[in-house]
Amino acid sequence: MSIIRVQHLAKTFGDFAAVAGISFEVQKGEVFAFLGPNGAGKTTTIKMLTTLLKPTGGSVELDGVDPQRQPNEVRRRFGIVFQDPSLDVELTAGENMELHGVLYHVARKHRIERTERLLKLFELWERRNDPVKRFSGGMKRRLEIARGLLHTPKILFLDEPTLGLDPQSRNQLWTHVKHLNQTEGVTVFLTTHYMDEADRVADRIAVIDHGKIVAQGSPAELKERTKSDSLEQAFLALTGSSIRDESAEAIDQMRQFAKMWRR
Amino acid sequence: MGAVYILWLRELKRYARSRAYVVASLGQPLLYLLALGFGLGPVFQKSGNGSYLQFIAPGVIGMTVLFTSIFSGIGLLWDRQFGFLKETLVAPVPRLSIVVGKTLGGVTVALIQGALVVVICLVAGFRPIGLAAVPQAFFYMALIALAFGGLGTAIGSRLEDMQGFQLIMNFLVMPIFFLSGALFPLANLPKALAIITSLDPLSYGIDGLRGTLIGLSHFGLVLDFSVLAVVAIVLLSVGSYLFSKIQL
Repeated sequence: MSIIRVQHLAKTFGDFAAVAGISFEVQKGEVFAFLGPNGAGKTTTIKMLTTLLKPTGGSVELDGVDPQRQPNEVRRRFGIVFQDPSLDVELTAGENMELHGVLYHVARKHRIERTERLLKLFELWERRNDPVKRFSGGMKRRLEIARGLLHTPKILFLDEPTLGLDPQSRNQLWTHVKHLNQTEGVTVFLTTHYMDEADRVADRIAVIDHGKIVAQGSPAELKERTKSDSLEQAFLALTGSSIRDESAEAIDQMRQFAKMWRR
Repeated sequence: MGAVYILWLRELKRYARSRAYVVASLGQPLLYLLALGFGLGPVFQKSGNGSYLQFIAPGVIGMTVLFTSIFSGIGLLWDRQFGFLKETLVAPVPRLSIVVGKTLGGVTVALIQGALVVVICLVAGFRPIGLAAVPQAFFYMALIALAFGGLGTAIGSRLEDMQGFQLIMNFLVMPIFFLSGALFPLANLPKALAIITSLDPLSYGIDGLRGTLIGLSHFGLVLDFSVLAVVAIVLLSVGSYLFSKIQL
């Protein structure tokens, strides 16, 4: 049974087609990796799936619901970890969880129980009363994933969740995600630039380049099709080895400022 | 309602925890009050206008409320580009509750800052006409905070980067303050300046504060209230509308 159904989805900004009519399906309970070079259209696709951006063409269904027509119904059904951190660093870990629970209408008693369970699972329970600004990068990421799961979503979106983390933190993070995928049956939709991660955790992979899907299948299938030993080689065979230079946008300058001000 | 409350509470918690910000943001009004209040005092007195400290204190209070409320709205810029705002925008709550909670939080913080400056003014020697004057003044402070909180939200919803922030600061916020009559009497101004000041909504806010606190009003308290109320409703609506149109 497919929980995400995308048909001919397109998004154009002026003349530029960021996503040029892609179609794919994600099965309930699977870990689905959405891979592609910088600027291929990954984040744009995630934004359209998660009600943050309106498509210019095609259709999307999450658990049978259209994000454009019933955004709030769709929002209840997924949790998301964005590329950039979206925690309030002035608040404590517990307060970030509380805020999320209230925004998602999680009943108080259930919220408190589930917060404890998730923070313990992600090894943050001891630090629940510390402001998030004192957390390491890995701890912040774990907290974001715990928060995204608080309202028991059916789908968890992870947009480059391991960016900038050391191998230990990355390893631990995927172990937790895989564990929750197996115990709670949450469908995971992830993007990453680390091919070894995708190879390890993903049941199925779609590779996107220049706004189009160039290949789909299990990691083994992709390697077989491109006659490669590793997923990284398969990826390079599919997308070429030229480097994509994205133009520096306002958001990049903001990231610079954020670093300066440690926000 | 839960969403409005929790986002309002978030603004208050952030404010309460940033002591450096509180102290820093009180420095500027203090400087205006002391440097201008006492520095220009003798000249003002000689020209037959009475005490300049009495005159400028409501202006400085209004300035604090203006800056705090407008900046809390522009703070959306941080939240918007990559911070916490995304978390709220994908939550299953109407955008209106998000913007209302956040704006009311900013308004509350602006009122607390305003109250602190009232205390500073009292310590510096400012004397309102009576005890009843202070709660009345808070009413006008709230109107200023609502109007400019709405403006801040509107700007914050559209602003893309820090360069834009400088532009807003120099060509909108500072002119609103300097052309409001916070620092000089509105009577007997050159024609052009008189027109400009009468178009500045903050003029009516400062005038309302001065009317309630020292009984000196240029436009009259009824007109002050009416203009501010209309401007607040318009700017809050524009702010909410632009916020609801944010796409990331």
